[in-house]
Amino acid sequence: MSADDFDAQAMIEAMSAFLKMPVAADYRPGVIANLKTAHAIAQAVLAVELPDEVEPAPVFSP
Amino acid sequence: MTAGSSSTGTEIAKAVRQRRTSARVVIEASLATIKRRDPQLNAFTQVLSERALTAADRIDAIIAEGGDPGTLAGVPFAVKNLFDIAGVATLAGSKINRTRPAANADATLIRRLEAAGAILVGALNMGEYAYDFTGENAHFGASRNPHAPSHMSGGSSGGCGTAVASDMVPLALGSDTNGSIRVPSSLCGLFGLKPTYGGLSRAGTFPFVASLDHVGPLARSAADLAVAFDVMAGNDILDPVSARRNIEPVALKLAVGTAGLRIAIAGGYFRRGGHAGAFDAVDRAAAELGATQVIDIPLAAEARGAAYLITMSEAAGLHLQRLRERPQDFDPDVRDRLLAGAMIPAAWVVKAQKFRRAFQHQIAELFQQVDVLLAPSTPCRAPLIGQKSMILDGREVPVRPNLGVFTQPISFVGLPVVSVPVWTEGDALPIGVQVIAAPWREDHCLRVASVLEARGLATAPIAKEMAA
Repeated sequence: MSADDFDAQAMIEAMSAFLKMPVAADYRPGVIANLKTAHAIAQAVLAVELPDEVEPAPVFSP
Repeated sequence: MTAGSSSTGTEIAKAVRQRRTSARVVIEASLATIKRRDPQLNAFTQVLSERALTAADRIDAIIAEGGDPGTLAGVPFAVKNLFDIAGVATLAGSKINRTRPAANADATLIRRLEAAGAILVGALNMGEYAYDFTGENAHFGASRNPHAPSHMSGGSSGGCGTAVASDMVPLALGSDTNGSIRVPSSLCGLFGLKPTYGGLSRAGTFPFVASLDHVGPLARSAADLAVAFDVMAGNDILDPVSARRNIEPVALKLAVGTAGLRIAIAGGYFRRGGHAGAFDAVDRAAAELGATQVIDIPLAAEARGAAYLITMSEAAGLHLQRLRERPQDFDPDVRDRLLAGAMIPAAWVVKAQKFRRAFQHQIAELFQQVDVLLAPSTPCRAPLIGQKSMILDGREVPVRPNLGVFTQPISFVGLPVVSVPVWTEGDALPIGVQVIAAPWREDHCLRVASVLEARGLATAPIAKEMAA
């Protein structure tokens, strides 16, 4: 999936309602650009194969 | 001596302790430099003249009574304005935080520096909420590069870079989540230490990304970084990630030099995507150190990507309510990244944190083979203020996120780094080289930095004053 294979505008619509976080029309081009960048960057991270047992880095010490 | 005109922190402290000058003379000189240079350079958001002069008189009184004023006696320092200062609202570079109540106590590191005789003179400009590599700020204006004021200082500890390179203070405290100490150190030509994650207390600082936040000093010599680190290190119960371990003093180890250290050049990812000057600086440092081995660091791009996602998501989580209620009050460049960050899936962040653990193990194995790695601090010298894009490897990329491409994979796994400043004849601006070591080996970073300084390759000259 390339960086552009998702509808960022629709995602903003849905998520802003879901989060109760209005996103004004003039903010949207910047938010879309950031979502596309994050989406592209995430693909390589998600492609790294890791064993289920790998402990995520933050560890809570009671 | 004329403190405030050319002295490093350790030189000032020595002169004060030997009564060749007084803390008051030093502080008055620092305040005069701020008054003269800051209107053009915009490093400070608050100057604490009265507090500083009162502290100076206290140091001078201790000396007059034959007491020990501390290893940093009379050394002026300033802090990025995300550090709590008693009686001052902690801005973290924002307009929104102006309405917060004033802090009721100083941050831990301010208290520790002052306990060693250093003197706080003010709070420094920074990129809003530390989400920045440029030193620009929509509310307070850009902190400017003293070596070329139309250029960026680098961020987000931009005011730190500006204040130290212009000799307003010899020492500043910044924070570094993805590179925010090392980027301004590179662009302004300073020595900057990002310690091991958990090595210096963050208590009393406004957070950005708890998983990745570090704090540390910027100065004009490796010795200043070492002495400052020594007086600030140590567990702090007020910071949950503060290490519960004995951290050995490093200042006395600088004289050891590089004997016995295995030094290599970081290859692969760290040899691409930058201007020739960035790699040339690394090569010159390597040649000076006799380092020829190049070691690839697999998955460094993915490490940068994982840090990027964790940053977006955690920062958005921190600011979610403010994004709902006051989006118009954010710096627009920061706001749009935070709004997008609030929409990052949790599954991506969990994967990024799992990858962080795997990458940590990979790096630990690498440090079985070497003690120190050299890499560029930034892909280029300071861009112009307001510059939005640049060319890296023939591709046009945005400046703001890409200034941190080489710092981000390193802080992702919490390694200690000293950025050392390298100048090339004919270039008006410096560039930094990261000296990277295994966790808790700040001594290795600082020994190498000190050798490069002693041999004249790494230098942090004070920026000449220019007509306003």
